[in-house]
Amino acid sequence: MGETTPLLELANLDVRFDTADGEVHAVRGINLTVAPGETLAVVGESGSGKSQAMMAAMGLLAKNGRATGSVRYRGREILGLPARALDEIRGAKIAMIFQEPMTSLDPLYTIGNQLAEPLMRHKRLGAKAARQRAVELLTLVGIPDPERRLRAYPHELSGGQRQRVMIAMALAAEPDVLIADEPTTALDVTVQAQILELLRSLQQRFHMGIVFITHDLGLARHFADRVAVMRYGQVVEEGPALRVLTRPEHDYTRMLLAAEPTGTKAPPPDDAPIVLEARAIDVTFQIGGGLLAGPPLEIRAVDKVSVTLKQGQTIGIVGESGSGKSTLGRALIRLIHSEGDIRLFGQPIGGLDAAGLRALRRQVQIVFQDPYGSLSPRMTVGEIVSEGLRVHEPQLDARTREQQVIAALEDVTLDPSLRNRYPHEFSGGQRQRIAIARAIVLKPRVLVLDEPTSALDRSVQKGIVELLRRLQREYGLSYLFISHDLSVVRALSDWIMVMRRGQLVEAGPTEEVYGAPAAAYTRELIAAAYGLTDAQEGAASAGN
Amino acid sequence: MTELVLSRPVKGRSLWIDAWRRLTANRAAVVSVVYLLLMGVACLVGPLLTGHHYTTIYTDYVRVPPSLTAYPKPDQISGMLDELIRRMRVDLVAWNDQDDRISLTIRSSRPIDPRVVRYFDRSSSFADPKVETTSPDGLTLTLSTAVAKHYFLFGTDNTGRDLLTRTLIAGRVSLAIGLLAGLTAVVIGVIYGATAGYLGGRIDDIMMRIVDVLYSLPFIFLVIMLVVFFGRNFVLMFIAVGAVQWLDMARIVRGQALSIRRQEYVQAALALGVSPLGILWRHVVPNTLGPVAVYMTLLVPQVILLESFLSYLGLGVQEPLTSWGVLIAQGAKNIPSATWLLIFPSIFLTSTLFALNFLGDGLRDALDPKDR
Repeated sequence: MGETTPLLELANLDVRFDTADGEVHAVRGINLTVAPGETLAVVGESGSGKSQAMMAAMGLLAKNGRATGSVRYRGREILGLPARALDEIRGAKIAMIFQEPMTSLDPLYTIGNQLAEPLMRHKRLGAKAARQRAVELLTLVGIPDPERRLRAYPHELSGGQRQRVMIAMALAAEPDVLIADEPTTALDVTVQAQILELLRSLQQRFHMGIVFITHDLGLARHFADRVAVMRYGQVVEEGPALRVLTRPEHDYTRMLLAAEPTGTKAPPPDDAPIVLEARAIDVTFQIGGGLLAGPPLEIRAVDKVSVTLKQGQTIGIVGESGSGKSTLGRALIRLIHSEGDIRLFGQPIGGLDAAGLRALRRQVQIVFQDPYGSLSPRMTVGEIVSEGLRVHEPQLDARTREQQVIAALEDVTLDPSLRNRYPHEFSGGQRQRIAIARAIVLKPRVLVLDEPTSALDRSVQKGIVELLRRLQREYGLSYLFISHDLSVVRALSDWIMVMRRGQLVEAGPTEEVYGAPAAAYTRELIAAAYGLTDAQEGAASAGN
Repeated sequence: MTELVLSRPVKGRSLWIDAWRRLTANRAAVVSVVYLLLMGVACLVGPLLTGHHYTTIYTDYVRVPPSLTAYPKPDQISGMLDELIRRMRVDLVAWNDQDDRISLTIRSSRPIDPRVVRYFDRSSSFADPKVETTSPDGLTLTLSTAVAKHYFLFGTDNTGRDLLTRTLIAGRVSLAIGLLAGLTAVVIGVIYGATAGYLGGRIDDIMMRIVDVLYSLPFIFLVIMLVVFFGRNFVLMFIAVGAVQWLDMARIVRGQALSIRRQEYVQAALALGVSPLGILWRHVVPNTLGPVAVYMTLLVPQVILLESFLSYLGLGVQEPLTSWGVLIAQGAKNIPSATWLLIFPSIFLTSTLFALNFLGDGLRDALDPKDR
């Protein structure tokens, strides 16, 4: 690159937070630079301080945060500038896009308003000129029919379109530096590829420096020129993307690279008994309707899908958001109502009422995606794990129950002495283990795993995958593994079902589906996911 | 936001303990809690220590202003003596004040019955009267009597009752109504709202329409009707106030329950086969209690004000029992002549309401999940 002054330079940046538990040192003296036209990927797991470092640079820290050190934009110190002076640079010269396009846009204003407002403020454009510029920007980020879209509200756009609007807003003032904080994490893989392509073309056009914050090494490898790997608030390794991610020097980087789930699962023997069988499952949701609202709108979330799960089998259900994969999982264990025939161990459960179902509930358990939302915040871990025992084995005395809770916690490799703590005192991976302990304490036969690893860091994810494998071996569990993450599904399942818009697109043994996908949609899905991670896959499997 | 790794103690730290720590860090809230506790203790114990019963009428001290020194004042003694002598239908020859006792000489045209000293007994201002000497003709009597000292720190009201005692007794009534009616409203509201919100669907519709119907009843009408049917009494106040206040609570809790019902931990409990009652009790209700605690601290002042309002209209508690609302109503009528009748009860009421509101603010900040 050979630039004399870098666009953005963080030097010896320290970020501390005052919390009830004392001071938290989130960022510990990091040095980073971005040159024009360059993409720097800041990679790290949650808690590594990668986001907070950028928030500090932008002067956007939470109230209890303090930043020291130096942040220079084109040689000018901007750390600690008063808000007014900072506003000349923030938003105008350095723009930021966030992970969550749903909440970053104000739901009460139209896209046009939100785009035009900063233009009128920063560029002193008139209303008409701003509007015209807004149309240009929407065209630039590839939103079809921009004139009409200006009048749309955020909820009328899809996630990918919203992220495009966010990018358009960030570009409105023609910034030199774009800080993208996990811009594609909330998006489906096919959309992710499009957004990254868009960012890359915009970068070439405007010669921007991009700081790309991500936890996904594959994306960093694909998208960035240089990579900085962060851990515990420090940069442990920095260098050209290709070098860092193919010949890592630091153990942590190596560990991250190796954390990609590997291995395969052998199918169960042909004579394994069928535990769960469902024929032609239909789930319809009714939206709106009522006395004055007219007939309700019917949405068919799952459309004639059949599933046969054998003992010891893992069926991976993949699909993008809105494909109905989670709905199917919930319908199969009768958490939501469905049409069609469901049999558990040959016994029809479709028509059972709540009381009749209760006895069968212990055979079929579910683990949810969000380890923060799936544990009741006001109960201790012991109470959470023992709740199922209270329902299904009320005759147990407190001691036996306690022992079973301890056994379940040990099963998921959690220290049982922590059982009197509350969920918020645990990390995401630990919480997911608690959720799994809650499910297995009843010794179920079938486990529905609804994206159990999607909210977790790769290294944590690996532990959970291994745990699930071990539990399956030990207890002969059958899994329904629902995920959008193709690599995890591949490592865990022996049978794959691909869903799209409520319908089954393709089903078959894992290697067949991945190796030679029959449906065009499956090919597209695999290309989007592996197109980005090919090189890294190669490196990872070579390392193994 | 990224998650930050912290070192933690072994013992579990519940969200309530977290909230408590944040609350104790809030100075205004702590001061409010201390103040409210002091106020509660004062209202409970205070009336026993003031030296007056809240129904005792001091005819000699009607509407006397607040004073830190004891009544009677030296200049009042002669007036009170004159009044007493007039009632005894005798003439006062002379009186003098010596060593806390007054000796006086009275004379009449007819022989004086020594039992006239009972007039002194009856008066609240004098105590321990004695006949010292009687003249041989029985027409002149020398008496001595002690002067009863009374402290009226807040003055007295229109009928001569100690305002301090009455203000504290009124505090008992107001705080009791505030707490009990508030609690009733919370219990009914939480149970009703959580049930409606959790069950959802048709049941929710019906339950909430019932709430809407109750909302549409004019509150004052309802109270007047209750008073007409059952007469005025203290318990009726709880029922009337509680019957209205739980509606807000039910709506708040229902909204909470609606969102909690969609939380994954409720789904997980469903998948475990927990009964609806168990889910309601273990998962839904505990998680609504944060906003409920906040609303409760705002509800108590609301109820106290409502009671004051009803009492102001004459529908509230009955004499000789009183509440802050009643006292303020009486004080308002006497602004030109006796400002203290308004000032003291008002200070008690408003400071309590302030403290409750500060506490509510503190609780809201302490329980705000965004802080976590």
